[in-house]
Amino acid sequence: MNALLTITRREFAGYFSTPLAFVFIIVFLLANGLATFYLGAYFAIGQADLTSFFMFHPWLYLFFLPAISMRLWAEERRNGSIELLLTLPVSLSAIVVGKYLAALGFSTLALLLTFPVWLTVNYLGEPDNGVILASYLGSILLAGGYLAIGSCLSALTRNQVIAFVISVVACFLFTVSGAPLVLELFQSWAPQALVETLASFSLLTHFRAITTGVIDARDVMFFATLIGVFLTATVIVVDMKKGEGA
Amino acid sequence: MGKIFVIPATDSMIEIDRLVKKFGDFTAVNDLSFSVESGQVMGFLGPNGAGKSTTMKMITGFLRPTSGTARIMGLDICEAPLAAQTHLGYLPEGAPAWPDMTPRAFLEFIIRIRGLDKIAARTALGRAIDMTELYGVLDQPIDTLSKGFRRRVGLAQAIVHDPDVLIMDEPTDGLDPNQKFQVRRAIEEMSEHKAIVISTHILEEVDAICSQAMIIDRGEIVAEGTPSQLAARSRYHGAVTLTLDTALKTKAAEALADLAGIHMEVTTRGDETSLHVFAASDGLEPSALLAQVRERMSAQAIAPRALALETGRLDDVFGELTRKARPPAPRYEETSA
Repeated sequence: MNALLTITRREFAGYFSTPLAFVFIIVFLLANGLATFYLGAYFAIGQADLTSFFMFHPWLYLFFLPAISMRLWAEERRNGSIELLLTLPVSLSAIVVGKYLAALGFSTLALLLTFPVWLTVNYLGEPDNGVILASYLGSILLAGGYLAIGSCLSALTRNQVIAFVISVVACFLFTVSGAPLVLELFQSWAPQALVETLASFSLLTHFRAITTGVIDARDVMFFATLIGVFLTATVIVVDMKKGEGA
Repeated sequence: MGKIFVIPATDSMIEIDRLVKKFGDFTAVNDLSFSVESGQVMGFLGPNGAGKSTTMKMITGFLRPTSGTARIMGLDICEAPLAAQTHLGYLPEGAPAWPDMTPRAFLEFIIRIRGLDKIAARTALGRAIDMTELYGVLDQPIDTLSKGFRRRVGLAQAIVHDPDVLIMDEPTDGLDPNQKFQVRRAIEEMSEHKAIVISTHILEEVDAICSQAMIIDRGEIVAEGTPSQLAARSRYHGAVTLTLDTALKTKAAEALADLAGIHMEVTTRGDETSLHVFAASDGLEPSALLAQVRERMSAQAIAPRALALETGRLDDVFGELTRKARPPAPRYEETSA
C-alpha cells in the first residue's frame, strides 16, 4: 500500500514538472466552457442546472483523457525507466494501480477546476445541488473508465501517438455504443435484448443515468467492473511483455 | 538419532542456473550458469549483442527466462521476485531515470519505495550522494545533467539501499577518464561485503576492478577465470617485449637470431620499435628467456628503452575468442512464389 502511494505521488508530481499539465488544464477548461456556453447554449436554455455542462463530458474526455493515459506506460518503455520500475521490489499490480490513480487524480483535479460553472449556476438560480454532485461523481467515474482503457492500451506500445490513437478509437466504441444514433440503427431490426446489451456496455448510458441525479448501484458497478477489468488487463499485458522482452 | 543439519548447497550470493533466453528463433542466452560470492566482482565481457544485457535483465527480474533461473541470496527471481529484488541494486543499460525529476527527488523516491525507515533513509541518501559525488547537481532536473552525472545518478540509485547484490550494466560507459576512475573506486570500496556483476567492453576495467571475469559470445561462456588467468591464455603470455630505438632494430634482431627455439615479431611506430620474442612451447622458460635477451643486449651494448616479460593481454584473448569463425550470415534471397 505504501509503495502504491509512493508511485502515485511520484507520477502525480510528474504531471506538474512540465508546463504540459497547465496547458492541459487550461485547454480542458476552455473546451469545457465553449461546449457548455456555446454548443450547449447554457444561457439560452434558461434553466438553473448543469445539464448542458455535463452532457459534453463523454465527448471531451474522449480526446482529453487518452492524452493523459497515453504516456502511462508508453513513455516508461521509451525512456527505459520501465526497467527500473519493474525491478523494484514492488508488485506489478501496485505499480499499475499507482500509476492509474495518479492519472485519475490529475483528471479529477482538472474537473474540479470547473467549479466556477457551479458558482455561476448557483448565482443565477437555485439548482438541485444533489444532482450536480451526483453528476460530478458520474464524471469522475466516466474519466476512470476512459483512463483504465487508455492505461491498458498504453502498455501495448512504446509509441505514445499510437497509444493515443488506439485509445481514442477504443473509448469512442465504448461510448458510441450507447448513443441514440447507433442504437436506432440497431433498433429497427435487432431484438430488444441485443440493443439493451449493446447500450449497457456503453459508458454513455451509465453516465447519463447518474447525471439524472440517481446513483444506481448498477451504474457504479458497471464503472467499477470496467475499471477492474482494464487494470487487470494492464497487469497482464505488462507481464506478458516481460516474457517477450519487448 | 542425531540432528539433521541442512547444509546450503552453496553460499553464493548470486547463482545463475542454466539460464536460457530465446527471442523467437534467436537464442540470446544459451544455457548460462555461474555464481558470484560475497566480495567478488564479476566482470561480464563480450562483444555487443553477446547477451550480457539480456542476462542481467533476467537476473534482476525484468525479463522472464525461457528456461532456467537466477537466485539472489538463495531467493529464486522467478518464484519470489519481490523478496529477491529487495537484495538487489540494478543499474540498467544507459542508466535510465525519470528526466523531469531532480536527483534528490529521484533518490528519495527509490528510498521510500524500498521501504527504508526515516533514520536509515537519511544516512542512505548521504552515503549514496557521497559515493557518487552528486552534491552540485542535486536539485537540477536529471535531463539537464551531463552524461557523466546521469550515469552517477543511476549508480546512486542502485546503491542507495546498500544492497547485497549489485548488477551494473556498463557502469562507466560514457564517462571521462576521471569519472571512470571515481566509479571504479566506488565499486572497489563497496565490493568487500557484496557480490557485484558488471558488464563492460572496456578490458582495462576488468583488470582494474574485477576479481573474476567471464567472456561470453553469442550467449555462451567462452572463457572464465581471474583476469590474470584469462590474460595468460594470450599468446603473448611469457613472451619478452623489447622496446628500442628503431635505428637499433637490425642490430638487436641479429643479436637474438641464434637463440634456440624462438621466433620474433617486429612492430615499428616511428622511431620506436618493439620486438616481441616468443619462446617455443618446449623451449626456454619465460624468466630464462628474459635473462637471455638481457644478456645479449648488454653484450652488444644495446640499451633498450624497455624490456619486459609479458603476463598476457586480455584484449588479445578477447579478440581470439569472440572473433572465431562465425557461421556465414544467411544470405537474403528473394523467393518468388
